Amino acid sequence: MTIQFNTESFRDDYTFRNSDWAIQRFPFPFHEDSYMYSVNMEQHRGGPKGSVYEKRFDVDEHYVSEMKDRALVLDQDPLRCQSLPHMTLAGWDLLELIMVSKSEDYPDLFELHRDGNRWRWVNKPLGIDDTFTFLDETTLPYGPMEYITRQAQGDFAVLDQRDDMLWMDAGMVTTQADWSLDFDIGMNFFEWHAPVPKAHEMGIFVRALKFLLNIQQGAPARRLNWTMTVNPLLDTSPENYHKWGIQKTELTSENIGQKQHLRVELQTFFRLPRSNALAFPIRCYLCAFEDLMTVPKWGRRLHRVIRDLPEELATYKGFIDNRPLMLDYLSRFDDGLPTSPGIWPDRETEPPLQR
Amino acid sequence: MSKFDFPPSIKSRPVWGSLEARQGKAHLMIADAEGAEAILDIATPELMANSHIIHIPKGKDYAGRLSALNPAQLYEGPSYEASLPRIRRVLTDGHMGLQVYLAGTEGLMGQAIQEMMSAGIPHSAIQTEHRGSTARRMQCVHCKGITEDVETDPYQCSHCGLHLFVRDHYSRRLAAYQGVRVDAEDHGNIPEPKGIYE
Repeated sequence: MTIQFNTESFRDDYTFRNSDWAIQRFPFPFHEDSYMYSVNMEQHRGGPKGSVYEKRFDVDEHYVSEMKDRALVLDQDPLRCQSLPHMTLAGWDLLELIMVSKSEDYPDLFELHRDGNRWRWVNKPLGIDDTFTFLDETTLPYGPMEYITRQAQGDFAVLDQRDDMLWMDAGMVTTQADWSLDFDIGMNFFEWHAPVPKAHEMGIFVRALKFLLNIQQGAPARRLNWTMTVNPLLDTSPENYHKWGIQKTELTSENIGQKQHLRVELQTFFRLPRSNALAFPIRCYLCAFEDLMTVPKWGRRLHRVIRDLPEELATYKGFIDNRPLMLDYLSRFDDGLPTSPGIWPDRETEPPLQR
Repeated sequence: MSKFDFPPSIKSRPVWGSLEARQGKAHLMIADAEGAEAILDIATPELMANSHIIHIPKGKDYAGRLSALNPAQLYEGPSYEASLPRIRRVLTDGHMGLQVYLAGTEGLMGQAIQEMMSAGIPHSAIQTEHRGSTARRMQCVHCKGITEDVETDPYQCSHCGLHLFVRDHYSRRLAAYQGVRVDAEDHGNIPEPKGIYE
């Protein structure tokens, strides 16, 4: 299938929209009617046809516009992309992984021609056709990690592994849920997660680290994470929080359906072959409440999850002040009927809203 | 009182220890203000015979007492920045096994750790002891400006002027805690500043 790429913005006039196709395949993150932290890892080896799990690196209708937004962020703040000196080899590993995966998974959009270390990379949606020497930085316009992640949706953290620990030593971070690469670079797994409430005491990070340290080549893993964002703003960075924070107060009962977005991260984890680093892509998907409500199961479930979420989590995720407004809206889509297990929309089998 | 019990905090926040004399052919001791007392507490003639003390007084008078220890070398610097070339010189000349002791404020110890790390000394091999002021070295996450010796929460960024909430999240690489606009979601509503540990 050929993807029609949207022309849209993730700032100012916010013309971002999801097509029906994008709504149907939205990675709804709740597999049951409640939510608590867990090490919800599974193998990342494909998924249902057309779903965001199907390919190693999902490409969707927002691709071209998201890459334009990334370029804008980097123009304003080049520190959103950083790599400590020992991470260059991992950058090449990542470049190879993305180029090989995309050219195999989307042959109509991407081509990779390799003749020894002489590589030609063709990115049709972005109009790029570059020839370079693999492992020779002077043949690319940017470092290898920056080059390829300017052409790949989602944020990328590249984690060094040493002393039985993961270290945030490189990254491209422009679509983040309010954390700063510039501040966190160089931290270990427990340090960069330090501000997360509750999960440390629950032992989540100890177990997650143990799992991640053991990820093997060719056996990537994935999980979903989520938060809330007012307006389809990709760059919810701490750096710009003094500008966007106020948008959270612009929510009203009239505009909440269009303005309030569920923000979902598809996090994947790939062992890199030369550096033994761990690639950690964090792909952000946004969906407006009113679009989510077109799926009856999601309407019922989102209301229950948000209603019952512990206060600490709603505070940490930054929507405690807007929760009453959200519940007023969401409760209209909850008729009390049971929901089917799992994250999928189940449109054919779940009953329509009974009111 | 120069010792302070920091309340339990998040995992990025540094935990300071207590200095103890270690075996070694060379000892580098860097302290500011009341940090001098931590050195005085562990000083022995044997230790001092191979010790290079760098002290930044910040208005506190320890010159006589430190000098009376007879350290191999003693330098009183007017500021950390002024001492930095000397510290770098000591690190350049230093050999494997150089013992590093840091004492005083978090800002001093954090910056010295940053310097030691760039010289290749693992932060876990450096001894530290907090003494004196509990003020923090803060980075404004918005303009990236550093404000030294912050004692209140919120505080005003000395560069961009925003009023910032004092987080416990700490970057060893920047030797700073993070400050985030306190009134981002309600412009102009700035709480009355309180002491960070009040």
